[in-house]
Amino acid sequence: MATVAQNFMKLFRSSSSPSPAESQQVPQKLTRRSSGLGELSRLWDSETPLTVLDLGSTSPTNITFFTGRGHKIYSEDLLVASTEPQLVTKDEQGNMVLDSRKFLADNLLYPAAHFDVVLCWNLADYLDESLVRPVMGRLWSVLKPGGMLLAFFHTKDAGPDSPCYRFHIIGKDTLEMQRIVMRREARRGPTGAIHTAIVDSFRLQRVFNNRHIETLFRDFASIKFFLARDNVREVMVVR
Amino acid sequence: MSAPLSADLAQIGKSVVIKGELSGSEDLYVDGQVEGSIALKNHSLTVGPNGQVKASVDAKGVVVQGKLEGNVQASDRVELRKSAVVTGDITTQRISIEEGAYLKGKVDISGKADKAAGK
Repeated sequence: MATVAQNFMKLFRSSSSPSPAESQQVPQKLTRRSSGLGELSRLWDSETPLTVLDLGSTSPTNITFFTGRGHKIYSEDLLVASTEPQLVTKDEQGNMVLDSRKFLADNLLYPAAHFDVVLCWNLADYLDESLVRPVMGRLWSVLKPGGMLLAFFHTKDAGPDSPCYRFHIIGKDTLEMQRIVMRREARRGPTGAIHTAIVDSFRLQRVFNNRHIETLFRDFASIKFFLARDNVREVMVVR
Repeated sequence: MSAPLSADLAQIGKSVVIKGELSGSEDLYVDGQVEGSIALKNHSLTVGPNGQVKASVDAKGVVVQGKLEGNVQASDRVELRKSAVVTGDITTQRISIEEGAYLKGKVDISGKADKAAGK
């Protein structure tokens, strides 16, 4: 028999959690204009094949987009990779953190100066705090000098429940956004382990202000901000 | 999902574990575990939903429904179904990836570039 407390909590769950029927629905796709992508699109018609790293969820659309233009694309879903249970460790204060050394020993293993473009999307906003700086450091090293990185950051107006999206390139400056709904298949990381820590989706970990973003990319040669209407800043940095 | 029935299709069932070099001149369906290398020059490999392949693969066509770890060289096409978990670089002429498939690695469409280079 359910306790009073359990019944009380149901009131909250019913208002914030989708019903099983809702959660099984195919996530709707939204379209948004991206100034940062528009800037990058000048590169797509390059005669020289580009080497592109897509750090979002595996996107058939993006793979088709780049391979159709003769470019090479690497796909690596770092958010899913960050949910590997073996990464969890404790810091000196006994707090649960993720082991960034182990993470970088298993992920982003590319030769130095390998990529022309890195599509970071909204990775930094949803990645665990302990991994953000080490990952950005590694991304700097795998980008070619002059290579470009595109990242999206929420503004302070975004709430903690801001959904995590995967991004599909459907035009020169147009993205299709698809809310990430964690399914059983998607919870399997590279080792095939089921990641029970993930409930429905990834949660917004923090909101960076402009100064934080500049500090995060301080090793890069230049940084450019594009403010969008949907509480998102697009940032394009050049190594 | 069961393997498609065909006279020229070899099957490795889900309780079978193989370590070593696999080569052949017929299509192969793997629903078990294979570790090593798979060479099926003019034929296709299908990794079934229970399949766990840890091998370099050289085949005409590759369809993945299960788990594949290793580089894939396919002279014709690669299909990653929605339940596929692939870690490795893929070189092929054509590729199709279903929503939900997981890929960690490079996709290189070799046909166009090779033709342009006169290879």
